[in-house]
Amino acid sequence: MTEVAVVGFAQSPCRVREDATTGGVEMLVPIFAEVYAATGLAKGDIGFWCSGSSDYLAGRAFSFVQAVDAIGAVPPIMESHVEMDGAWALYEAWVKIMSGEAEIALAYGFGKSSGAELRRVLALQLDPYLVAPLWPDAVSVAALQARLGIEAGLWTEKDMAQVAARCRAAAVSNPAAQVSGEAAVEYLLGAPYVADPLRAHDCAPVGDGAAVVVLAAGARARELCERPAWITSFAHRIESGLLGARDLLSAGAGLGAGYPVQVAELHAPFTHQEILLRRGLGLDGGTEVNPSGGALCGNPMFAAGLARIGCAARAIMSGHASTALGHATSGPALQQNLICVMEAR
Amino acid sequence: MEIAFDYTRSLGPVLGQFMTALRERRVLGARSADGTVHAPPFEYDPVTHRPPRELVQVGPAGTVLTWTWLDRPLPGQPLGRPFGWALIRLDGADTAMLHAVDTGSAAAMRTGMRVRPRWAAERTGSIRDIECFEPSTEAAEAAEAAAPAAWTSAAAEEEEDAAGPAPVGTAPVTMTVTPVRLRYEHTASPGESAYLRGLAGGRLTGQRCPACGKVYVPSRGTCPVDGVPADEAVELPDTGTVTTFSIVNVAYPGQQVKPPYVAAAVLLDGADIAFQHLILGCAPGEVRIGMRVRAVWRPREEWATTASTITHFRPAGEPDAPYETYARHI
Repeated sequence: MTEVAVVGFAQSPCRVREDATTGGVEMLVPIFAEVYAATGLAKGDIGFWCSGSSDYLAGRAFSFVQAVDAIGAVPPIMESHVEMDGAWALYEAWVKIMSGEAEIALAYGFGKSSGAELRRVLALQLDPYLVAPLWPDAVSVAALQARLGIEAGLWTEKDMAQVAARCRAAAVSNPAAQVSGEAAVEYLLGAPYVADPLRAHDCAPVGDGAAVVVLAAGARARELCERPAWITSFAHRIESGLLGARDLLSAGAGLGAGYPVQVAELHAPFTHQEILLRRGLGLDGGTEVNPSGGALCGNPMFAAGLARIGCAARAIMSGHASTALGHATSGPALQQNLICVMEAR
Repeated sequence: MEIAFDYTRSLGPVLGQFMTALRERRVLGARSADGTVHAPPFEYDPVTHRPPRELVQVGPAGTVLTWTWLDRPLPGQPLGRPFGWALIRLDGADTAMLHAVDTGSAAAMRTGMRVRPRWAAERTGSIRDIECFEPSTEAAEAAEAAAPAAWTSAAAEEEEDAAGPAPVGTAPVTMTVTPVRLRYEHTASPGESAYLRGLAGGRLTGQRCPACGKVYVPSRGTCPVDGVPADEAVELPDTGTVTTFSIVNVAYPGQQVKPPYVAAAVLLDGADIAFQHLILGCAPGEVRIGMRVRAVWRPREEWATTASTITHFRPAGEPDAPYETYARHI
């Protein structure tokens, strides 16, 4: 069995970028340079490239093609794209290495979320016959899930505010974070609802950004990185697209539970979803969750999930942890969930 | 900029019946093999992947399972004033439907409340035939149950038998049109900005790659060969060579020029990549690869930071360019 590890990670600072286009090039060039420098790789060493982005977010067709300029695809490269978060691009890259078609692969994701009306654009990921014509915005759909959990006794608005406060405090040490700082729970709870029971602190900010993760097989990984983050498990599951037919309080069913990891980076764009994911993945008090501040402190669409895996891998590569889990989500109310579990060896 | 498109979709047998029933103010659910009733209906059971065993009438009243409240509705949503969203389990169904609820205030919303559809005055066979849901009372539901249905499919069939083909409005619904309007704020990259500012000043500005020396116009920002920012500004003449072209014969909505006309790739003198523009000022049949062309600018007072400052290219009246000068671009 091929062993595959994360050997490099970089992300652009998440913020509203007035100097970046929906093609992503301006955000990608610096972070490609950063992973090249950290790993000693050049573009010709990469055997497979895969990106994650969205034309609906960019407002134009084949927007990912422009991003290929950031690679410098001459001579021709082996390249693919997913209309999903870059975490799914990473999955494709992992499969490519596992199947022996590449030794080193690079996955990237990018999104200029601020260029569009994000809440409305995300309505278009819903059922196009029965739901999308009503334009239910992404925050409202998440609010329906949040209330279900409150009324089922799984969490309270105060629990949700505590997640926000903890993430914001953690993000102080994360230069890529868009939101950070100390915030008292009582103060947060005094804010008005955006979509009852969600307040602004319960929702990820709208920001632009990009992320890149480099994978390598076996001996190559050891050459490129002093302490590679070896992938021990990589899986994803999709719930039904029928929102009203799903159990909205079970997230990540089928992904397993009880991962004894030291660090977990969970892609939870809403506070209650972090609580839901902790339960679904069976993470107990022994796991440090979202030391980066998580998506609540920076959620560049189509890059934030990949960045969660990158942040988890970085915890291992830096020696901070020896086991870590990265999670990515896509779709309404945690419809799709992906996890990548890694360890030091 | 605003991007709009009317998505036109065929409905298939299950959703076609569902939409046809909505037009008749009835709601159908799908009964699965295990007896579970999904409303709205599934086309294929998410667990067994089988089509529905049968479609059954549900509701139309139901119970709110969870809700939220939106003080500031967004464009396209069912109501223009503050309203609630809810997952509503219609009577007789096991799953829930997402729709708007009109209660006037968040204080009037609660989980477990009874609601019923408010039907749109004009129904076309769309989920929006339900304008929204509104609070319901047992008395109102009892009255509705006692009254005969305003319109039944059996009555429609009788009518059809008697009068021949069904008139518009009673024929089964087979298609749905969903207008999508999205607003985007396009950010010009630094290279694009330089190009557009150049046009406003009557200049064509490109960028040179510091690694390979190639000149790109309009700027790509980053050299697609080397993946590094191409940020050295280069001014180019407004003359060039046609490297390939197409004669457009098809009319389409929003077309600016009457067909037939020519869209061509023009390689500006000194540039290393061609860009697309219109060739006007000669019969389409006269345009050829290698033809020398010159930009036609709007009058000076109309120069602006927009691509249409150059309206098109026209024949330059020079001999054709030697093949070697553009061979690499074919």
